[in-house]
Amino acid sequence: MLAIREQQSSSDRAQQPISVDLPYPGFQFDLCLRNQYLISKGFKAPIAVKTGTTIAGIVFDGGVVLGADTRATEGEVVADKNCEKIHYLADNMYCCGAGTAADTEKTTDLISSKIRLHSLNTGRQARVQTALRMLKQMLSRYGGYIGAYLVLGGVDCTGAHLYTVHAAGSTDKLPYVSMGSGSLAAMATFETQYKPGMSMEAAKELVSEAIQAGIFNDLGSGSNVDLCVITSRGVDYIRPYKEACSKGVRQGDYSYKQGTTAVLETKVREIKFDVVSVTEHKMEVD
Amino acid sequence: MSILEYNGSAIIAMIGKHCVAIASDKRLGIQAQTISTDFRKVFEVNSGLFLGLPGLATDVSTVERTLQYRLNLLQLRESRLLTPRSFMYMVSSLLYERRFGPYFVEPVIAGLDQESYQPFIATMDLIGCPMEKNDFVVSGTCSEQMYGMCESLWKPNLEPLELFEIISQALLNSVDRDALSGWGGIVHVVEKDRVTTKHLRARMD
Amino acid sequence: MDFGTGAALPVSKPPLARQFNPYTSNGGTILALSGEDFSLVASDTRLSERFRIHTRDQPKTYKLTDNVVLGCCGFHGDVLTLNKLLAARIKMYKHQHDHEISCSSLAQMLSTILYSRRFFPFYTYNILIGLDEQGKGCVYSFDPVGSYERETYRAGGTGASMLQPLLDNQIGFKHQNIPEQDRPELTADRAIALVRDVFIGAAERDINTGDGLHMQLVTKDGIKTLDRFPLRKD
Repeated sequence: MLAIREQQSSSDRAQQPISVDLPYPGFQFDLCLRNQYLISKGFKAPIAVKTGTTIAGIVFDGGVVLGADTRATEGEVVADKNCEKIHYLADNMYCCGAGTAADTEKTTDLISSKIRLHSLNTGRQARVQTALRMLKQMLSRYGGYIGAYLVLGGVDCTGAHLYTVHAAGSTDKLPYVSMGSGSLAAMATFETQYKPGMSMEAAKELVSEAIQAGIFNDLGSGSNVDLCVITSRGVDYIRPYKEACSKGVRQGDYSYKQGTTAVLETKVREIKFDVVSVTEHKMEVD
Repeated sequence: MSILEYNGSAIIAMIGKHCVAIASDKRLGIQAQTISTDFRKVFEVNSGLFLGLPGLATDVSTVERTLQYRLNLLQLRESRLLTPRSFMYMVSSLLYERRFGPYFVEPVIAGLDQESYQPFIATMDLIGCPMEKNDFVVSGTCSEQMYGMCESLWKPNLEPLELFEIISQALLNSVDRDALSGWGGIVHVVEKDRVTTKHLRARMD
Repeated sequence: MDFGTGAALPVSKPPLARQFNPYTSNGGTILALSGEDFSLVASDTRLSERFRIHTRDQPKTYKLTDNVVLGCCGFHGDVLTLNKLLAARIKMYKHQHDHEISCSSLAQMLSTILYSRRFFPFYTYNILIGLDEQGKGCVYSFDPVGSYERETYRAGGTGASMLQPLLDNQIGFKHQNIPEQDRPELTADRAIALVRDVFIGAAERDINTGDGLHMQLVTKDGIKTLDRFPLRKD
């Protein structure tokens, strides 16, 4: 894709020999009219994968702990039993995502690369506040249509910070936060057990308890607890921290004898993976 | 009825021991009326790398052609093959570009990594949220049925022939409980030196 | 999902109308199957609404007579009302005819009750099991407005579409190239193991199914409730 983009910028598009579809940066809206028409004809718009989630985080003495469950749902069906909801933003901050799965994934990816560029340009580690502002400005520009509900946590030169970001762009800064469909269950745990200045071990255990409250009491959350501990010394990403629920053990054997399935036609084709040897060109970096 | 269900389709991919399999039905319909019983929805974009596209047939063609074109151009320019995972991100980007006016397809990707021969399967929703798995993925109008079958049938370290039987049984029995898919089935089993393609006998009603 | 172009395009919306919706779905999955001399009904024990769990201990099988059990799920309010109605009708039948109602008669009675509410139906999925006049296991499955048929196996409720294809495959031997005479007979033990396995699968993927598996076995000796089998609780 990078190669194609280069081509676009280096030559005038009108002079290209063949008319080709070149990917433009940003969203494309060419199918909107057609889709609107289909919906007006009575077809339902399909649902995207949602992470009907429990995500949470707390500030402790010396850092933050982020936590998430690992279930993604598509309507009433579990689409992914072990998905990763704590996304990397930078070496000193991570971001938990709830809401539309693709939106949380792509939004954090985008902001992650913007932060990288920012710290390369400024020559210093980006602050959590910087990431927060980038996130809220981007989300509020789309007026809440990008369904990303985030918990942002990290440590920088000004200390440990924890924020929530709503899809519309509003943010909060709190010592303990939760989001997603299981946020009430998680918050109930925090409200009864949170104390300022907890130790790291106590903080991890409390976040795990909160996520488990979501896993067991909210149908949109399930499977495992993932944790991410961020301190000024570094990051400890624990996946899974705890397997709250696992699959039952099958009793029967469901293997089939060879030839059970009736086949009309068989074709076998030899393949060779023609691996072209690639010479590495080191990029010039001063 | 959802737009994704307009033409009807069912696709499964499964991981075995040093192999992967991808299976699809063959029906093309317009709602309840069957138009074709030999419609292709699984495409070999590289040798040993398969892309399954269940969903609206017009978008199946568009997405397949666009991706094949972008993939070829990229591979020519870089003179190397794309890994299955990189290809997944390529598909994901294409779909997320149209976040607010999506293509109605929910792709499945299955293949072997050309260097490590590690099996790879993945699926995504229609706006391109990538989901990599290490057991099985399903997509299409009878995904619930396929989930039920695969949860009970799949187990780790399946040999290619066992994998074929299990993926075929999962597909055939699932489509029989769905009015919009079926009418034949096709299975590709990818091993490191060959691709075995089998056409299944299925109910044609 | 909204495609986000509403502001730019002139889209006329229908007038907003709010209505009272008398139904809710309380989830749950039921499954019944029959063999030569037994029949079996199973259900999960979770009662839920939207993303909430009401209880983890609500089996959805109901003993109607000494050898007939009803699997019933959908809207729990209707499930309870229907069962109360059935209990009264069964008692009336006994007093009128001076004997216990048979399984096939009960199936017809249930069908009539369901159809009597054709235009304001009970939101219930019903599967009735028992033994027929020859002592063979029988399963009757119903739609919410009383259409019914006798079958050998049937799943119902929110996880039904996940269970049904595997039953087709393992009990009906669909798509397996095995001649009729070579197919093993369905014993109660194999049936119980199969039911547990399909429910493990449904609990993995259906968010409304889980917590525990409740099973009731009907033989000529009467109804036996099997030990609760644990399912996922998340």
